[in-house]
Amino acid sequence: MSRVTKFAARDPGPTARLVGFMAHLRDNGMRLGVGEAELGLEALTHVEAIDPKDVRHALRAVCTGCVEDVERFDDLFDAFWMNGGRVATKTIPTQTSASDHVHSSRNAAGADMSMGAGAPSTPDGDGEEPAEADGEGKLVASLAQATMKKDLRDLVRPEEIAEAQIVAQRLGAALRDRRSRRRKQSRKGDRIHFRKVIRQSLATGGEPLHLAKMRRPERPLKIVTLCDVSGSMTTYAQVFLAFVAGMMRTDPTADAYLFHTRLVRIAEALRDKDALRALGRLSVLADGFGGGSKIGVSLTQFAQTYARRFVDGRTVVLILSDGYDTNDPELLGAALQKLKKRGCKIIWLNPLKGWDGYEPVARGMAAALPHLDLFNPANTLADLAALEPELTRL
Amino acid sequence: MTWRALQTAMAEQGYIADDDLAMAVHLALALGRPLLLEGAAGVGKTEVARVLSQLRETELIRLQCYEGLDAAQAIYEWNYQRQLLSIRAASEDGETGRSVEARIFSEEFLLERPLLKSIRQDTPPVLLIDEIDRADEEFEAYLLEILSDFQITIPELGTITATTRPIVILTANGTRDLSDALRRRCLYAHVAYPERATELAILKARCTEIEDKLAGQIIGFVQSLRKEDLEKKPGIAEMLDFAAALMGLGIADLTQDPAVLQASLATLLKTESDRFNITTEVAQRLAGKAA
Repeated sequence: MSRVTKFAARDPGPTARLVGFMAHLRDNGMRLGVGEAELGLEALTHVEAIDPKDVRHALRAVCTGCVEDVERFDDLFDAFWMNGGRVATKTIPTQTSASDHVHSSRNAAGADMSMGAGAPSTPDGDGEEPAEADGEGKLVASLAQATMKKDLRDLVRPEEIAEAQIVAQRLGAALRDRRSRRRKQSRKGDRIHFRKVIRQSLATGGEPLHLAKMRRPERPLKIVTLCDVSGSMTTYAQVFLAFVAGMMRTDPTADAYLFHTRLVRIAEALRDKDALRALGRLSVLADGFGGGSKIGVSLTQFAQTYARRFVDGRTVVLILSDGYDTNDPELLGAALQKLKKRGCKIIWLNPLKGWDGYEPVARGMAAALPHLDLFNPANTLADLAALEPELTRL
Repeated sequence: MTWRALQTAMAEQGYIADDDLAMAVHLALALGRPLLLEGAAGVGKTEVARVLSQLRETELIRLQCYEGLDAAQAIYEWNYQRQLLSIRAASEDGETGRSVEARIFSEEFLLERPLLKSIRQDTPPVLLIDEIDRADEEFEAYLLEILSDFQITIPELGTITATTRPIVILTANGTRDLSDALRRRCLYAHVAYPERATELAILKARCTEIEDKLAGQIIGFVQSLRKEDLEKKPGIAEMLDFAAALMGLGIADLTQDPAVLQASLATLLKTESDRFNITTEVAQRLAGKAA
């Protein structure tokens, strides 16, 4: 184990050091506040605060909140408290740009608050070289990544988002789930609402004259959209992105992802109150936009990671893609099968299907077909709007 | 009690906790904060609560969450049937409306559900909120309120404040993403599949008469099985079932009889495709490595 950090002689003391550590964690993307710092200090009074092992375990319990945090905690702890006996220059680090998980949309949170071209907050703070900023990027770049960066704000206009918002709202309303097990009061219910009956009967001297009923309410389904923005989809991306943006703005439970050669979560970026700024943040995330497509890999990644957390029996997975895949079609089939196992419904909207005489010739598409609940054409907003009756039937 | 002492005490009750978990439990007790345990199914999250209640010699109150869990099941419910009967009886006795009302909305007619029960004990109980991620977001929000104030408002009775603060343990296995607010309120420990030495200790603690050789083989086998690409990885409970099955069958060596090993895999592999993927050859290879 490396030696404990030495703090400068004029260091104000343990409280300041702990606050410094919290700031250090915060800089590395953990969401911690004063409350945690206070709790951390209190926790240290219950353990041997001079034993690094005790402190490590204690602060881990206080500061982490999910598995990803736990995995990173050790390194962050070492970096702050165990930097080989060197003297720490500053106890409390100055505010630096937050470096966060590259694949998460959170990292665009602080960036591009101005309406400028968008300075991405990749770890080295340099958006011009996405391949260097992201370990995965290098491999990708050699295969198909388009170096050309498109600004999505050139593609999508705010008026379109407003239109798309209306369509998305109607589609969301069409997707209703009828399986809620929690009953709510309703005039035409199938069960007696005892609580209400008793309350009302008091007014009539204990004679229950009116039987209040309750029934299962209809619940909206959660919609998860996976939008393909590879080269072959560039022409349609405009419509689809507007649609996704509209969807995110109407439905607070909706979730959205982009994929080309890799998968990026865009839900948080798109929730930005300012529609244009949301697209700006999206552009930062969508490095490689217009490049090759790896549908199979992206969907497998989705099924193995995000789907475990966000996809359940009350979810509709909406895939917007032309199905032209550079991967093995079997991979795509397997990924969809895995996804399907989570109990969700899968809808695939394919812009090419709209063409006269189109058959799902793309091999990827053929492999996907058996797992789909609905396979429909869509390449304009009107097409999407026309889906409403289909979705009601699902 | 230091956290080392707690770890030892838990071990005496048959629960082998790693350092992180022991520290998290210790802090949860010392700071009076809820503890959120996350991890795959079958790693012993629920068991922590049971052991803790044995250690503190208090009651374990369990609330199993599911989709559609509502206040009537989690907090309290009026005993409607009794209320109705009582109202009818009262009208025949000529009791006045106000006194009937006071009577039927009294403690006597209240059915306590786990959350209410846990804050009305004389000694602090262990409240286990199991699989919180199965309940919906609205319930999570309500739970947050209870966990911060430890009081429950019943419109007919008024606010009931906690007589004692329960020790709260929440478990989750990632069915749904929990809200940041809930995560922040709790201390957190991720319970992973145990290391070889820890798991061996668990096995020996639970099956005292198992022989060292077989125990080592079982742990080696199960640990390497977890590294295979399975849909549902075997947890600790499955491992213990597997050991019990082998001991029941009188097996002393895993490699001894391939057919028996294959049959006893029923205790470890719980889906059709996992059974299909772990063929006799694969099982033999893993068993050979473990031996």
